[in-house]
Amino acid sequence: METFVAALTIFILALFVGFEVITKVPPLLHTPLMSGANAISGITLVGTLITSGARLTPLTEILGFLAVAMATANVVGGFLLTHRMLKMFQKKK
Amino acid sequence: MPREEALIKIFYLAAAVLFIFGIKGLTHPRTAVRGNLLAALGMLLAIVVTLTDKRIVSFQIIVAGIVVGGLVGVLMAYRAPMTAMPQVVAIFNGFGGGASALAVGAAFEEALKGGWIEEITVQFTSSAVLAGLIGAVSLTGSAVAFGKLQGWIRGKPILLPGRHFINIALVVTCIGMSAWLVMDPVWSVPFWTMTIVAAVLGIMLVIPIGGADMPVVISLLNAYSGIAAAGHGWVLNNSVLIIAGSLVGAAGFILTALMCRAMNRSLANVMFAGVGAVVTTAAESEDIYAGRVKSASPEEVAMLLEGARRVVIAPGYGMAVAQAQYAIQDLANLLNSKGVDVEFAIHPVAGRMPGHMNVLLAEANVPYEKLKEMDVINPSFRQTDVVLVIGANDVVNPMAREADPSIPIAGMPILDVDQARTVVIIKRSLSPGFSGIANPLFAADNCLMLFGDAKQMAMDLTAALKEA
Repeated sequence: METFVAALTIFILALFVGFEVITKVPPLLHTPLMSGANAISGITLVGTLITSGARLTPLTEILGFLAVAMATANVVGGFLLTHRMLKMFQKKK
Repeated sequence: MPREEALIKIFYLAAAVLFIFGIKGLTHPRTAVRGNLLAALGMLLAIVVTLTDKRIVSFQIIVAGIVVGGLVGVLMAYRAPMTAMPQVVAIFNGFGGGASALAVGAAFEEALKGGWIEEITVQFTSSAVLAGLIGAVSLTGSAVAFGKLQGWIRGKPILLPGRHFINIALVVTCIGMSAWLVMDPVWSVPFWTMTIVAAVLGIMLVIPIGGADMPVVISLLNAYSGIAAAGHGWVLNNSVLIIAGSLVGAAGFILTALMCRAMNRSLANVMFAGVGAVVTTAAESEDIYAGRVKSASPEEVAMLLEGARRVVIAPGYGMAVAQAQYAIQDLANLLNSKGVDVEFAIHPVAGRMPGHMNVLLAEANVPYEKLKEMDVINPSFRQTDVVLVIGANDVVNPMAREADPSIPIAGMPILDVDQARTVVIIKRSLSPGFSGIANPLFAADNCLMLFGDAKQMAMDLTAALKEA
């Protein structure tokens, strides 16, 4: 129970930080914001690494492989895509 | 807490701080690239630290997954054209949600076998259920959104008979399975049943939503994948997952709310009303258009532009479809060189994702100072000589000012282009926009229609201006 409350506390406080920071992002950059946030949600990769590197049964091996591959595609693709877009906003004429 | 574990947690905290600074960087175009790199650095840190976790005993699966996933990610990110941005973001988002669901499932299987998770607590099962449910919905929901945006699935709302009852049945099944799992976690069948039912629910929820409502759907799915990641963090008791997940959740919910407000519609209306399924009959539009619509040639419009001091360009999804952004920037540059002041009016829901138009115009090198938000540019239309509406319809439809609730866009804030001296609308035909209603603007006295493909017409206008 104690860990649950601690986790909930972190979750709620992070939500507030998120609202504060994100409401300041101008509509101009909403697409990169979305794809950047999306890349950050690939943090689930960290969880998939722990799960799929542990002692394994064949079933969790397959699940783990799929999860790691999907999360990596999310992270790598998400950050690259965001970078590509943001570069375009930075271009000077 | 052993020293190693404390060290790992401190690194996770550093990663979370980097994420926050990263998003903070996105508040201005000048700092945005650095912000994204900071967030990526945070991610790298979190991953490297995790690999030192002593629970990881085998690296084969991890390496294989990272190589395959990395290749897919790089290829998709580099090969996607800017016009396809909404669907690529959608599919990446689906990957994230799917990964959460599968990984949580794997963790649950391990826990049942008495593997590395010591005991199955209520926190463990309830967050596993949360991550599995939301992750599965966001995987299949994103896949449907991708299909609609890519044109593989019909973009119009697909309304199944009795869909509300089916959905309620699916939700009830999910809740039932979840409750069973939390109360009596002895086997994994309820978990997988729930996940599969949730996957079906994801399809059912997005299928009845029309293409132009995708900005809302993508934002919402983004929020879901954040919440799924946070739930995953609860399963593993991992703070960086919780913090990053809630940041993403906040971003998704904020954008969802902004998009709904920009259409004066509730989230429930977007999700469940099937707007866009009904199209005005030809007879009704005939009443509005008959004898009043004036068509112009590129040469005539070029003359108007030549004599203008201030021109505003209002782009919509049609610009993305026609890939007209470069041709439009050429036209804007030419007008600039002739001393005409040119700005772009960006409606919050123009296009298929929040900020879609900005990205396309930035790709074509339009300086971002020229991209004006609706509230900023609306007061200036009275001093504008010519507005070029390119591939937009509902976002300039004056019917939105009516209070009649039978009008699907009633109360939606619009670009007040009709206040300009002349409005030129580049469009293929008089067909209605996504809302399915006719647009009286097309029949207004100060309005000219330039019928044709957006890119071709922009090039014709540029050519005509050069000759003049």
